[in-house]
Amino acid sequence: MSTFPWERLALRIPIRVRVNGDTHTLLVKPWQTLLETLRDDLGLTGTKEGCGNGNCGCCTVLMNGRPVTSCLVLAPEADGAEVLTVEGLARDGQPSPLQKAFIEYGALQCGFCTPGFLMSATYLLQRIPNPTEQEVRLGIAGNLCRCTGYDKIVRAILAVARGEVQ
Amino acid sequence: MATKATFRYIGKPVPKMDALERVTGAARYGADLSLPGMLYGKVLRSPHPHAYIRRIDPSRALAVEGVKAVVTAADLPPLEEARAAFGGELMIELAHLRQLVIAHEKALFEGHPVAAVAATSPEAAEAALDLIAVDYEPLPVVENALEAMKPDAPLLHPDLYTKTLGEKPTKPSNIGMILEVGFGDLEKAWAEADVVVEQAFETQMVHQGYLEPQACVAWVDSQGQIQVWTSTQGTFNTQRMLSALLKVPLHKITVIPAEIGGAFGGKIYVMLEPLAILLARKAGRPVKMVMDRAEVFRATGPSSPAYITVKAGARRDGRLTGLYAKVIMDAGAFPGAPIDRGAWCIFAPYKAPAMKVEAYDVVTNKPRVQPYRAPGGPQVMFATESVMDMLAERLGMDPVEFRLLNAADEGDQNVTGHKYGRIGVKAVLEAVKRHPHWNTPLEGKNRGRGLAMGCWMGALLTSSSQVMVNVDGTVTIVTGQVDLTGTRTTMVQMVADMLQLPIEQVSIRVGDTSSTPYTDLSAGSRTTLTQSVALAKACQSVLEQMKERAAEALSKPDRRLTAADIEYAEGRFWVKGDPEQAISWRQVAILSRTRGGGPVVGTGTVTRLQPANQFAAQVCDVEVDPETGKVKILRYTCFQDVGRVINPIQVEGQMQGGAVQGIGWGLFEYYAWDKGKIRNPTFLDYRMPTALDLPMLDTAIVEVPAPDGPLGVRGVGEAPITPGPAALANAIYRAVGVRITSLPMTPEAVFWAIRAKTAVPQPAPADGT
Amino acid sequence: MRPFEYVAPTTLREAYGILAGANGRIVRPLAGGTDLIDQLRVGRKRADVVMDVKRIPEMQRLTWEADGGILIGAAVPCVQVYEYPDVAQRYPALGEAARLIGSWQIQHRASLGGNICNAAPSADTAPPLLVYGAVAHIGGPRGERLVPLERFFTGPGQTVLAPDELLLAIHLPPPPPRSSSHYLRFIPREEMDIAVAGVASLVALAPDGGIAQARIALAAVAPTPVRAREAEAVLEGRRPSRRLVEEAAERAVLATRPITDVRGSRAYRQELVKVLTRRTLLHALADLGIHID
Repeated sequence: MSTFPWERLALRIPIRVRVNGDTHTLLVKPWQTLLETLRDDLGLTGTKEGCGNGNCGCCTVLMNGRPVTSCLVLAPEADGAEVLTVEGLARDGQPSPLQKAFIEYGALQCGFCTPGFLMSATYLLQRIPNPTEQEVRLGIAGNLCRCTGYDKIVRAILAVARGEVQ
Repeated sequence: MATKATFRYIGKPVPKMDALERVTGAARYGADLSLPGMLYGKVLRSPHPHAYIRRIDPSRALAVEGVKAVVTAADLPPLEEARAAFGGELMIELAHLRQLVIAHEKALFEGHPVAAVAATSPEAAEAALDLIAVDYEPLPVVENALEAMKPDAPLLHPDLYTKTLGEKPTKPSNIGMILEVGFGDLEKAWAEADVVVEQAFETQMVHQGYLEPQACVAWVDSQGQIQVWTSTQGTFNTQRMLSALLKVPLHKITVIPAEIGGAFGGKIYVMLEPLAILLARKAGRPVKMVMDRAEVFRATGPSSPAYITVKAGARRDGRLTGLYAKVIMDAGAFPGAPIDRGAWCIFAPYKAPAMKVEAYDVVTNKPRVQPYRAPGGPQVMFATESVMDMLAERLGMDPVEFRLLNAADEGDQNVTGHKYGRIGVKAVLEAVKRHPHWNTPLEGKNRGRGLAMGCWMGALLTSSSQVMVNVDGTVTIVTGQVDLTGTRTTMVQMVADMLQLPIEQVSIRVGDTSSTPYTDLSAGSRTTLTQSVALAKACQSVLEQMKERAAEALSKPDRRLTAADIEYAEGRFWVKGDPEQAISWRQVAILSRTRGGGPVVGTGTVTRLQPANQFAAQVCDVEVDPETGKVKILRYTCFQDVGRVINPIQVEGQMQGGAVQGIGWGLFEYYAWDKGKIRNPTFLDYRMPTALDLPMLDTAIVEVPAPDGPLGVRGVGEAPITPGPAALANAIYRAVGVRITSLPMTPEAVFWAIRAKTAVPQPAPADGT
Repeated sequence: MRPFEYVAPTTLREAYGILAGANGRIVRPLAGGTDLIDQLRVGRKRADVVMDVKRIPEMQRLTWEADGGILIGAAVPCVQVYEYPDVAQRYPALGEAARLIGSWQIQHRASLGGNICNAAPSADTAPPLLVYGAVAHIGGPRGERLVPLERFFTGPGQTVLAPDELLLAIHLPPPPPRSSSHYLRFIPREEMDIAVAGVASLVALAPDGGIAQARIALAAVAPTPVRAREAEAVLEGRRPSRRLVEEAAERAVLATRPITDVRGSRAYRQELVKVLTRRTLLHALADLGIHID
């Protein structure tokens, strides 16, 4: 059987990656992104592709605790990493305060950008627990939303920061 | 029926019912479905904006292992009803839709699909695309509408004859339609005017910018039953388009709605679906197709660029004598620019004894436009609201007072001839007048405040839903109405109040075309309005049926009761005049199973309503850095008459989201063209506003009930995008004294405008110019 | 993306071995990936081998040197640079530039080294590094060498790096005494955009209050990031004044050879250079106690 370059087994890279607390052992194509690995290999379709080049933030995940656009991370780079996606934010079936606040404050409409915002906001509040409005806007500047105009998103994040949503 | 005083849910900020699945990542959008045995489909697109396609040879691609099918235009069945049109707010003829979906003799824009491939891996599909040989014969590119209208312009379509009143032209052209509407004597109007302002404007092509690229999965079973999972605004509209294109009867096509990641009008026409189905049929396996962002920019449906001239005359006391506009809109590769919508909008907030609009729908070698949230609206309002500001200034009048003096009201006539029912132009302006934003002085250098009005006609079409009473008394709404903006929640609110049941007992299911009654697409700000009527009818039917069952249950041998003898409130039926004789809603539901009578289902449909026109206004404060031209928005307030608020969080969200799209349209976004090729098909260089570019957005809601429908609801979604560009232009004018008449008002554009104004002394304007 | 081989050496020797054995195959070093991965995806660059350099210790170094300068490994992400204690105080322009790149998501991946190896004329970190007199540490199977950053860029997207060479680190000498510096770039939005123009200015004062040293560097207005030497010459040895600053700002344009593209026109870029040069100079002077109206 003839082999196309994308079929060559020798190119595949074995990786071990912990996603939302679960360890996965995978054989990945190096030209595949972490985003594709999460969605297609692990079935975690909560993380979305909006642009493919890091300009919209829809694919934001936390990798070793830091927000990254997973469309710009190659799958093999995730070997040994801890990844947190939107599916991992709820604890024991309980949505996180940010998830609750987004619902309560109407901080989503179509919801496509929402997973990315939640990841960025989760990191933001860890880094700056009591942010000003401008700091919130800076922390989410890498996430585009076309539906809300950001107003309710900023309010939801500030509400969590103030402890008004548990 | 409950009245406003007794509504428990209508008007309340009920949280979005499907929000939990979205914030947890469980909601499934178009690209989130995978099926066993699925193939990956990709599209080969023309690199030429205008070219004959002489030959397509897929043989080398088919030889790649893993490639299971290749399709071209030859795979579409021959056309029958060429003139049948589809689309909702922006119609397209079937013959053109067919060519848009896949190129026939010609490629008409860069990115035009030429062929499609399905393979077992994305890599094989990509490799196959490179191996499809296409012989193009490039043709001169028609770059913009003005070029297209020249007598010697290259023609896109040999069979396009301008539609116009009067005689059909003898020669084809690039003008799809000329529309002339108006009334009154304009010559008299100019003669009677003390002040006349005439100004030309130019607006750019922008994209809806939804974050989710188009995506679908199609499969065809052994009986030829087609199923397609897709991100669409209208399942039944998609179904009808597919039926017409593929010549398959409707009952053999099921369209299943995925959640949509934004659409704003851009996910109405079928694009990938016909290709995915053709591939799935040929390959005998499901096919998934997802666009990437560059494809979305190049080959979906952005908005019409426009050249607009507005002329307005007024007497010294401020009253308008006449309004005239010439509007040229660029439709892209096939006719159908929103000139009729633009014509309705352009002078809509105003009354005058004479008005006229001449509008041209012109084709060019660009992607064919699709609706973008009030299609035609932002373009024309940019022109009119700038001119109104100029006129008010020349008259020495306050911008709000000038508009109030000339505000259209019930009984006045729109330039298209439509006579307004109850509308909220004055109410919106009064709201501006009293608002703290308008009344707070703006201090500081290079700062200015701008006001602009906006509007939208609002579409109607047909809507249906069913309301089912489950055998335990809970209620399920079954509808084909795609949830674009949160209508699942507002529909539940309405039904809970209409049936006077606790909201926890009401659910909704948005189903596919095989399991719900026909309903038109979610677009045109029509959904809540029309569903308010459809659901009211369905609930009325349900209540009648329940009352009949209650009557039967409460009947005694010596007194047979009918529905007319029964009263209902808050989950309880009782006999008129004898409240002790009662039975609960739940009991009646249980009896429908145990005692017979069958399921209680009410169907409501509505096809004819009076339009519920939307009017809005926005006020913005800006600060301009004259050294760079950068515009900073300091404060922004959105005003709108929404008829009746069903859900205030959702209404505010629509106002804010639309406003920000208007801001992007006004300041940042544009397609950068190079002879028909797009230079900036990425979010890096197609710049949409980020959170850091905006302040908080205040909203002020006004309720002037719409003339029709049980709740007085008006659509909300579209008017908010229309005022932004003009509000910003007016603010910039007040800030630094330059009137910018071309969009977008990028920092560079503002910079040169300031430079031109300060470098060259302006001649004093003669009257009328 | 077209298929490629992925390797992740853990030592410099291993990396050099891969480079030496390339045999005509294209080996692309990968640090943050924020430029490279998109380029591979759209086919603007090709790779037969993608060599992830993040596991090589030399690439991740971030240390103050004995001479008071700083050594920044080529793969160190921007966020680590600007969060490193004292960087913001001693090299303000560098901190400012690193904070401006992309968004937080990009800053957690994109590296300084990658920014200059990608060699876009608009690279935000380049003007600060140029005004600080940065030196590139380069290595490969044929040996190691030092190249002052001014000679590092050779054209848009092009550097002095041979196909078998890697950027290992960037060394910044200590900033001159009594100096301050700033970086400003102009973009249409508030974030995410590529600079239409970018200027870094460094001013050092002499004991008598005159300007001992001035260094000005520009991004996005020439085929490579460049020093604005004509502007520097006007300033050095003179007493700061508004007229002097304006003159320097005007002269900064002499170093530009801008193009017109989707981000801005030639003429506009030149105007921006004047404005940004003036503003960064005034800000740096103000830090040093010299307030000019």
